[in-house]
Amino acid sequence: MIRARGLRKSFGEFEAVKGIDVDVRRGEAFGFLGPNGAGKSSTMRMIASVSPISGGSLEILGMDPATDGPAIRGRLGVCPQEDTLDNELNVRDNLYIYGRYFGIPKGEVNSRVDELLEFVSLTEKSRSKVEDLSGGMKRRLTIARSLVNNPDLLLLDEPTTGLDPQARHVLWDQLFRLKQAGVTLVITTHYMDEAEQLCDRLVVMDKGLIAAEGSPRQLIEEHSTREVAELRFAITDETNPHEAIAGKIEDLGRLEVLPDRILVYSPDGEEVIAKVHERGLDPIAVLVRRSTLEDVFLKLTGRTLVD
Amino acid sequence: MSLTLAAGALRQTDYWWTVFKRTWKGGVISSFVSPLFYVVAMGVLLGGFIEGDPAKLEGATSYLAFIVPGLVAAHAMQIAVGETTYPVMGALKWHKTYYSMIATPLEPRHLVAANLMFVLFRLATACGVFMLVLAPFGVFESWWGPFLAFGSQLLVGMAFATLVYGFSTRLYSEQGFGVLFRLGVLPLTLFSGAFFPITNLGPVLEWVARLTPLWHGVNLSRMFCLDTVDWSTAAINVAVLVVVIVVGWFWSVSGLEKRLDDR
Ligand SMILES: Nc1ncnc2c1ncn2[C@@H]1O[C@H](COP(=O)(O)OP(=O)(O)OP(=O)(O)O)[C@@H](O)[C@H]1O
Ligand SMILES: [Mg+2]
Repeated sequence: MIRARGLRKSFGEFEAVKGIDVDVRRGEAFGFLGPNGAGKSSTMRMIASVSPISGGSLEILGMDPATDGPAIRGRLGVCPQEDTLDNELNVRDNLYIYGRYFGIPKGEVNSRVDELLEFVSLTEKSRSKVEDLSGGMKRRLTIARSLVNNPDLLLLDEPTTGLDPQARHVLWDQLFRLKQAGVTLVITTHYMDEAEQLCDRLVVMDKGLIAAEGSPRQLIEEHSTREVAELRFAITDETNPHEAIAGKIEDLGRLEVLPDRILVYSPDGEEVIAKVHERGLDPIAVLVRRSTLEDVFLKLTGRTLVD
Repeated sequence: MSLTLAAGALRQTDYWWTVFKRTWKGGVISSFVSPLFYVVAMGVLLGGFIEGDPAKLEGATSYLAFIVPGLVAAHAMQIAVGETTYPVMGALKWHKTYYSMIATPLEPRHLVAANLMFVLFRLATACGVFMLVLAPFGVFESWWGPFLAFGSQLLVGMAFATLVYGFSTRLYSEQGFGVLFRLGVLPLTLFSGAFFPITNLGPVLEWVARLTPLWHGVNLSRMFCLDTVDWSTAAINVAVLVVVIVVGWFWSVSGLEKRLDDR
């Protein structure tokens, strides 16, 4: 569905995407996980065939966006990071007018719009102004709009950013149903739980480059340990005690020293904690948990995802 | 495979129809009511103090007959500028409608074409009704002239529409429009022969005025209304306006293409 080699995007001097290789296969859910400014949206806009590539090669649905842009876009659904709904139109007209841009006949758009309003549970709101919708409803409307042309490939740029947990779960459920229906999904996110829930395969992106690639499980196995022990220590004087303490437990596993806690990566978290106590250290709080993509990200980039 | 210009523009008909339904009421006031105030104030009342000497008024027998064709042409420019400034910035910056449009098979040139067609429609209704209203006042010297005058008003309107559209796609802050209105539209309106013959400006400024697109439109409109057509001048006027439109078209399309990749 998508094949990129050495793909680049520059804005003047600044290089937002610095040569990435990506392959997305039919029917899978593919994710770009990365912090702010990683180049996710820039990549998505190139895939959406609205932003010309600056270097490398890109093939979408077997076509070249530089020459077949309209044909490609006719088969894509795009849910941009920033809402581009028309505030001056009501909910239904937003879908109808957009469907007309694809050259779909009036009658067909009308019945499609009814289906989609049902699908995203906005039938009751169909005559409301877009301005009066909540953030979650707007997001759902944007997703409905992106489906108006029955796309083969759906691009979702941070579909759930800014939504409350319940609204996110509703959206995830809808995306999951689309995937079941055979739509290929490409999702960007900086939420690791979202990536874990939705994506079959993902790439971790940072500063315009791909840092790692694989399924969520693979990535965790390759780049992290099974468990993580999180230790918090009381701050006794001006200096941060974490640096000094880290020196005393270096041998227990790979360490990440964060401003508010130390992470110890080990196959057995409980054993780590027992050893910490044996050495006379007295953390005020401890937690043992499984590794997540967050840990993968921390290892690969030295930074946390959501900052 | 690629969508023709006409087909792409037509797909936006439903969109522009909603825009029309939303804006026509305001359009009535700016298109008809305010220009009629101008006609009454300048043409009838002020014109009462001005001697209707055809030798000094480019062949018009009254100041009203002199000013009407120029006013309509200047009005065409103002409508065109009005439709291609804030609305274009709105579609790029505030409502982002263009960004949703280019996510579909439509391309920037289709958006420019449909938007300009809408401007043409606004020009045609505004100038058309304006000319109809003026017909009973005896300001037209032939039956066919006003039709050609109407055509020249559309031409000058579209010349400004394409130029200003291209300008707006390159503008990031609406403050630039203030400069455009004060240093562009206002002096053009006043000094391009709409209110007085440009020969009054003196030889140098007269030639400056002749270089402005608005003068070409005013001159055409007036020659046709007053039946004083010099066909070789008319040919030059038309040619200039057509060249401006063609150049303006490419300037607009390239401006929008660049802008939409760079938010
Ligand atoms: N049109 C543009 N002009 C100049 N720089 C840009 C433009 N678009 C993006 N950038 C820069 O490119 C970099 C990557 O931006 P991009 O929007 O792709 O990041 P992102 O991964 O989507 O981030 P976020 O999580 O914040 O959405 C950023 O440093 C951004 O400032
Ligand atoms: Mg982004």
